[in-house]
Amino acid sequence: MTATGSPPFGTFACDSGSLEQLLGGSTLSCPCCNGRLTSEKLARLLGDVQRLAERGRVTDANRDAQLSGTPLHAGMIIDPHAHMISRTTDDYEAMAKAGVVAVIEPAFWLGQPRTTVGSFVDYFSLISGFERFRAGQFGVRHYCTIGLNPKEANNEALADAVIDALPRFLAREGVVAMGELGYDEQTAAEDKALRAQIELAKEFELPIMIHTPHRDKRPGTLRTMDVLKEHGFDPTRCVIDHNNEETIREVRDRGYWCAFSIYPNTKMGSERMAAIVKSYGPERLIVDSACDWGVSDPLAVPKTARLMAERGVGAPAIRQVVYENALAVYGLNTEMKEDHWLAPSAIDQRTLYEGNSVLRGGQTPRIEAAARSGDKLEIN
Amino acid sequence: MPDAANSDEDLGTAVLDGFIQLAGEWVSQKADDRGVAWFRGAIRDVAHAANERPLSVAIGLAPRRLGKADLSLSKTDLTRAEALRPGLDLSDWSIDQLVRVALMAASHAGDDAAFAARFDSFCATAEINELVALCRGLPVYPNAALIEPRAREAVRSGMKPVFEAVAHRNPYPREMFAEDAWNQMVVKAFFMGSTLWPIQGLDDRANPRLARMLVGLAQERWAAERAVSAEVWRCVAPHADNEGIAAMVRGWNEGGDKERLAIALALRSAPQIRASLPAEEIASLQARLASEKMNWRDLT
Repeated sequence: MTATGSPPFGTFACDSGSLEQLLGGSTLSCPCCNGRLTSEKLARLLGDVQRLAERGRVTDANRDAQLSGTPLHAGMIIDPHAHMISRTTDDYEAMAKAGVVAVIEPAFWLGQPRTTVGSFVDYFSLISGFERFRAGQFGVRHYCTIGLNPKEANNEALADAVIDALPRFLAREGVVAMGELGYDEQTAAEDKALRAQIELAKEFELPIMIHTPHRDKRPGTLRTMDVLKEHGFDPTRCVIDHNNEETIREVRDRGYWCAFSIYPNTKMGSERMAAIVKSYGPERLIVDSACDWGVSDPLAVPKTARLMAERGVGAPAIRQVVYENALAVYGLNTEMKEDHWLAPSAIDQRTLYEGNSVLRGGQTPRIEAAARSGDKLEIN
Repeated sequence: MPDAANSDEDLGTAVLDGFIQLAGEWVSQKADDRGVAWFRGAIRDVAHAANERPLSVAIGLAPRRLGKADLSLSKTDLTRAEALRPGLDLSDWSIDQLVRVALMAASHAGDDAAFAARFDSFCATAEINELVALCRGLPVYPNAALIEPRAREAVRSGMKPVFEAVAHRNPYPREMFAEDAWNQMVVKAFFMGSTLWPIQGLDDRANPRLARMLVGLAQERWAAERAVSAEVWRCVAPHADNEGIAAMVRGWNEGGDKERLAIALALRSAPQIRASLPAEEIASLQARLASEKMNWRDLT
């Protein structure tokens, strides 16, 4: 820490993992009680200081942004949580236009419980089959996560059958993680399904996407992380989703990727998200839309990117939370690569991304350039 | 002396074995050592598997282990494939597709019905690129009639690459599809925004019912003020009734250079219609088709 005239902190990783590295073998003591400052305590202290410093900087940045008046270049965007089977072709078009190059469709509940294992099997096939094709027609690359969601884990006989059926889907092309896993009501049946699937993820070397519960959220989130730890699951291979201001600190401190669903009313808003990125910095933060069949916005990620810029978050930090971080963690099993949208293989160009049977009836097909530069994409 | 059923079975297995052997050879030429080792291990595991898991994992992992590069086989190698199985056309296959078909083939453990059930079940839950590959392999699998329902399901698909995996550069439909199924496939090609020229056996399997369906399609498109593909006339001309001839005349009158060339090309195999169209112009276009060596591929 210095006390010179420049602002003390830039975008500063104040999570305990980074600080532990920084501290190395040395120790720091608390100025008031002289007790040892662990990396965790130091992280909290520095986090608070950073938030204070950020608050002062906001007004400056706002003024600068207003003065410059230059168009915003948010570049390429990944929406790493979007239930596209519930969305229209208009949504795909709008997303592509706003710079969304890739989406990840997590397997989840459909609004109503399924009654047979075949419904799950068809659903997993749909999100890795036709939906992948449909997205490709609009220039959006589509990936998915496979798993039994916690709500439907409560039908235990069915849950067992679904978990038995999962291996067929886990090694396949375009499957970037297991998810959404986690708790809903935190029942014993949910716990059993979660644990079985954590083991499957380890076996298939897949990252995990965690759905955190709406009710009893903070304890449920902590419990999920405890269970992951119990199973020896590496937090750097795991995204905890649907975070809020109450959960971010523990989630990041424990080394997890920390995702936020910009979902009206129930989860997280764009303004709050911008404030969080400013307070905590972009490290391991991920923004998604979680758009589905409810009132939700498939453009939530690009809109939040724009708002963050208006609120003075720097372009590299924005890029990290709307693109790079998602690519880093969901790219771990190498099923999602930047090449897929910048320089797709010849076979994919000939088949998956060429032609168009979604826009039937004499409409002009959307023709994508074989490869395009990310710099050409901007949000207006 | 083996009976007929046995010799058929031997023949089917010979194609399977030959395909796996060719695939192994081409993978060794085109993949790195790790990829080759993975392929050999996967083929071995699949052949001795007690359940479906090794096959589903290997089919899933194929592009991750070997990439998706085009096979780009030499003329000699394409000829070897054709010699193994007439009509087998690997000219636009990629390495992961070759490997996925080889893996499926390697899962055959002597029982054609069990193989057909496995193939069907894998297609039913396949990721889109897996499905494309599995369908491209149709001519390789034994006892072709057993997998016909799945082949028909694939041409019902709304996914163009899946449709084309069966319809294009594939001898299976020509050999196995009954007339109704064949006709549905050809007409659907137009609705998918696909092309006819890569379909094998198009001229051999032209029939009056198909000609009428395509005339109906042309009339529907004209009514909607949409373009009519020049390829339509290829399957109309050999079996055109009066309505078909009238449609070709309209196609001629309303068509541009490409449409007229297509009609001239179609008339080569249907001289009986010539009387309804200007003979001299047709003759001159046919001379041009010959001198410029134009074929259906050039007219789409």
